[in-house]
Amino acid sequence: MSVITEVSRWIIPFFLFFVPLYAYWRKVPVYETFVIGAENGFKTAVKIIPFLIGILVSIRVFVDSGALEIIINFSRPLFIRFGWDPEILGIIPLAIMRPLSGSGALGVAAQLIDQYGPDSFMGRLASTLQGSTDTTFFVLAVYFGSVGITKHRYALKVGLLADAVGLAASIWIVSKVFG
Amino acid sequence: MVNLVWLLLLLAGIFTAALSGKIDQVTASALEAAELGIAVAIQLMGVMSLWMGIMHIAEKAGLVQALAKISSPLIRRLFPSLKENSPAFGPIVMNLCANILGLGNAATPFGLKAMQELQKENPVKDTASSAMITFLALNTSCITIVPASIIAVRMKAGSISPTEIIGTTIFATTCAMNAAIIVDYLFRKRHGL
Repeated sequence: MSVITEVSRWIIPFFLFFVPLYAYWRKVPVYETFVIGAENGFKTAVKIIPFLIGILVSIRVFVDSGALEIIINFSRPLFIRFGWDPEILGIIPLAIMRPLSGSGALGVAAQLIDQYGPDSFMGRLASTLQGSTDTTFFVLAVYFGSVGITKHRYALKVGLLADAVGLAASIWIVSKVFG
Repeated sequence: MVNLVWLLLLLAGIFTAALSGKIDQVTASALEAAELGIAVAIQLMGVMSLWMGIMHIAEKAGLVQALAKISSPLIRRLFPSLKENSPAFGPIVMNLCANILGLGNAATPFGLKAMQELQKENPVKDTASSAMITFLALNTSCITIVPASIIAVRMKAGSISPTEIIGTTIFATTCAMNAAIIVDYLFRKRHGL
């Protein structure tokens, strides 16, 4: 694993060294080119602000009000009826939070790890789930928003189905490897 | 669908808060989240400017095009609606690489750049193209070799082996990514390009 950690450490400095050097050799006016690109980056960051705020506000109100907890409690008997091990149900808050908010999900994962212990079944499951999917809802809103797309078609369905598969695969593999 | 989800989250939140006597929480949370949005955007401004600047240099030097050209035929096969030498392939590959290496900060600028390129080839400007949906499906289910933040949490919690979940994470995320590719393919077949 240390090889990969080393690659992660070196890749950005390497990139910052190699790209401008090569470009200069190819007679690109490096500084002026950088500034033009940076301006585009700045404008894009400004452009996504309304989408960021819109998404963050509705998710935050939903979570802080306790509505998420009610849904989790409500769905518990449903999962038991489907024959799920009641112990696994502790993962539901994380599974629901994961596609909505990155920092929120990390908070829930950290809380689960503290509560059950990092080397318990639940701690390993929470770690695996947190690392294996992304904030689908948030990414869609911001990425589409940045280029002015309002009709998302089937994008959310694809993302959420993939997240569901990620959840099922996490439960299966953690039971298999550490069970 | 997004309109409905957004509205439902907001209304369900206010409704719940009202019923449980926490109505003040709504105001506080909404305002805090709005401020957080600005804080995130300000942090992004710096990172985005840096990476878009470097990316522009790489573009002018022909490096992005070269990357697009050598990007595996596999990636190209996932985007049948794009031309073979589409300029979108460069940032798409860079975004996926940054995701794989766990460089979240660099992944976002490349991803947004990819969206800009894809939008240039999109015939209906307010509607997501199939290529965009495929890209986002890959992006949100992408493999990360080192899930750094969760390893840090495990370390802090006193795990004997904080990195032992890397294997299971890679397995789970590979399943999710394959599911994303298959589901996206099936939807694309049904809806047309």
